[in-house]
Amino acid sequence: MQLSFSPEDEKFRSDVAAWLKDNLVGEFAKLKFRGGPGDEHMYSGERRKWEQKLAQGGWVGVGWAKEFGGLGCSIEQQVIFNEEYARAGGPGRVGHIGEGLVGPTLLAFGSDQQKEKYLPGILNGSELWCQGYSEPSAGSDLSNVKTKARFDEVTGKWLISGQKVWTSLAHESDYCFVLARTDPDSVGHKGLGFFLIKMGQPDIEVRPIQQLTGTSEFNEVFFDEAECDGSDIVGEPGEGWKVAMGLLGFERGVSTLGQQMQFQNELDQIIAIAKKNGAAEDIVIRQRIADAHVGLKTMRYNSMRMLSGGEDGSLQKEALIYKLYWATWHRDLGELAMDVLGQEAEILTAAPYELTRLQSMYLFVRADTIYGGTNEIQRNIIAERGLGMPKEPRG
Amino acid sequence: MNFSFTEEQKMIIDTADSFLAEISTSSAIRSAMETPRGYDQATWQRICQEMAWPAMHIPEEFGGLGLGGVELVAVLEQMGRYQLCSPFLSSACMAVNILLIAGEEHQCAEYLPQIGSGELTATLAYAGSNGGHDSSAITATATKRGDNYVLNGSYRYVIDGDSSDLLIVAVRRPSTVGDEGVSLFCLSRDALGVKTKWLPTMDQTRRQAEITLTNVTLGKDALMGEEGGAWSSLEKALDLATIAVAAEQAGGAQQVLDMTVAYTKERQQFGRTVASFQAVKHQAADMMVAAESAKSSIYYAGCVAHEAMYGGPLGVELAEAASIAKAQCSAAFFANASTAIQLHGGVGFTWEYDVHLYFKRAKSSEILFGNAKYHRERLASILLDQG
Repeated sequence: MQLSFSPEDEKFRSDVAAWLKDNLVGEFAKLKFRGGPGDEHMYSGERRKWEQKLAQGGWVGVGWAKEFGGLGCSIEQQVIFNEEYARAGGPGRVGHIGEGLVGPTLLAFGSDQQKEKYLPGILNGSELWCQGYSEPSAGSDLSNVKTKARFDEVTGKWLISGQKVWTSLAHESDYCFVLARTDPDSVGHKGLGFFLIKMGQPDIEVRPIQQLTGTSEFNEVFFDEAECDGSDIVGEPGEGWKVAMGLLGFERGVSTLGQQMQFQNELDQIIAIAKKNGAAEDIVIRQRIADAHVGLKTMRYNSMRMLSGGEDGSLQKEALIYKLYWATWHRDLGELAMDVLGQEAEILTAAPYELTRLQSMYLFVRADTIYGGTNEIQRNIIAERGLGMPKEPRG
Repeated sequence: MNFSFTEEQKMIIDTADSFLAEISTSSAIRSAMETPRGYDQATWQRICQEMAWPAMHIPEEFGGLGLGGVELVAVLEQMGRYQLCSPFLSSACMAVNILLIAGEEHQCAEYLPQIGSGELTATLAYAGSNGGHDSSAITATATKRGDNYVLNGSYRYVIDGDSSDLLIVAVRRPSTVGDEGVSLFCLSRDALGVKTKWLPTMDQTRRQAEITLTNVTLGKDALMGEEGGAWSSLEKALDLATIAVAAEQAGGAQQVLDMTVAYTKERQQFGRTVASFQAVKHQAADMMVAAESAKSSIYYAGCVAHEAMYGGPLGVELAEAASIAKAQCSAAFFANASTAIQLHGGVGFTWEYDVHLYFKRAKSSEILFGNAKYHRERLASILLDQG
């Protein structure tokens, strides 16, 4: 076991840190530590400019192969980039869906034409993407999508109709990738297609969803015969599920240590308040703060194992537990924050509903154990894939 | 960065796994529980001769293999899985470490090769009749008389205290408190004035004893390190022992999960295997999260322990890593062992099935060297009371 990074990786680390220090200034200074989960509605225009700034610095596509315009960084260096980005307070990335999901998907499954058309806009930070997976009747059961794609023989275009939900950044995005049914008589995993759709068409309506935080980061997106070029289906009609599942596999955990640095910032803030307001003297609070510390350290060790394992790229057991672990830990942290704040926990920054950062965190973490696979789905996955227990009979 | 085992370490783990599967079967554990020492002496000799485990982290100059902290936690994890009954924790993890940290050259040269070869067993006694895990636990005294020291007092909860050949004891100068005035001595269990008494325990796979010292007179050659200045050495040895127990707990947490998955896959109710019910699967999933997290914490602690002993930047994290590992692993093993009984249903409540052995070991290990609450408070003090 080798816990330190190589001298080359440490050099890379200091390069990243130095660039961020020099560039996260001026008009971008106010973006520090903003725009993360629960705060994504903030400064979206400025964050879009920041995305282009990052691209000019060469920091978009850090993990993409050099031949496709990326930096070709190793897993370690990608981890380091994310860690330093979080340490510097780099704002929530508006380009992360394009860089982390669409790009790798096109590199794996896309046509040459699709790569030429879409990769440059992602790499230069000018074109943003959003995700069209979930639907009102397709949440945990994603394969139950009802959105339809009909091929118009006359125009040679696909016409997309249906409703997507929980689409973050939909109103900001230039494109959306959509999972839709190419075979209207199909059910389940079969008969789906994976489409790349231009946003801003008159046949697409975006409606913000007001969340329990009072803010809106997620949207509903309605497609009413929205057009999609015949060449903008990834893979063949009927192969959509394969492409969609491949996409979910591209998240290899490189952002986990960066995410943990944000968690550390939150825990540090809670500790500072506890020391100041006397909660640090309460034996129960002391136990819970220590427990949060143990949990966060363990999360780090778990992800170090996850990142070190499986030279063939296969998912390790540690990868299966990661989502359930961090989501549950973060939810508990929200509750700890409120209990440390005591009576002050209730008091807003301002009317009508301006939350403090910790209040916003406390409310937003309720989403963590739901999106990206609920805790219940995660437990099914762990039991079935990690422990080989049988699937429950399905209706 | 590479947080995974080397090929050589994997081989050590595989070898330990298959050896323990052969020697630490359910019936072997049950007969060891019946013996006066709590372990089978012939098996212990096989472990020493064939596996050389007690010599594993003894430096080569003292006849050992000179391996490190990571190998040690890896083997301890396997011992925990198979619930091995042996004096490994007391001899190799407590006595060897305190000798390496505080022992005089002549003491190391005399005792370490014998412990490594299995000729000698040894333990460390520190807490008085009220127990405890910090310096205030030490109540026995050493009074200087001429060139000699006269030791008086008693120890409770001493692991293998009535069977170990060599006793390493912590004492304090009369009328000192806290970290001040603590000394370490080594003496034979047969020395004049030493009395040991077995304390029967709920967990029968690990023995505890009471030791009473009445005017035990020792020369300067029995003193380990500086008279009155031994607390920091002892604290370090206790942190290392804490990591060792945590490693066993991580193994135990994994083993009860494996047993539970196997049992629920076999057991049929309502025309289905019990393992196909979501209510069961979700509990098993939580057990896996606990077991994997426990393992991660001890692998990290193993790296820290290694650098604390042999140098390296992580060494300063020893107390923190020990407390994180012990808090994590105590909770994981106990939670998994209790869920294991529940998911085994009625048979989990029987003496015949092994689940109760793990359930009992989970509690005794949790108490040993401080439970999760104790270690969380230690961490809270680092996080909240400094700066």
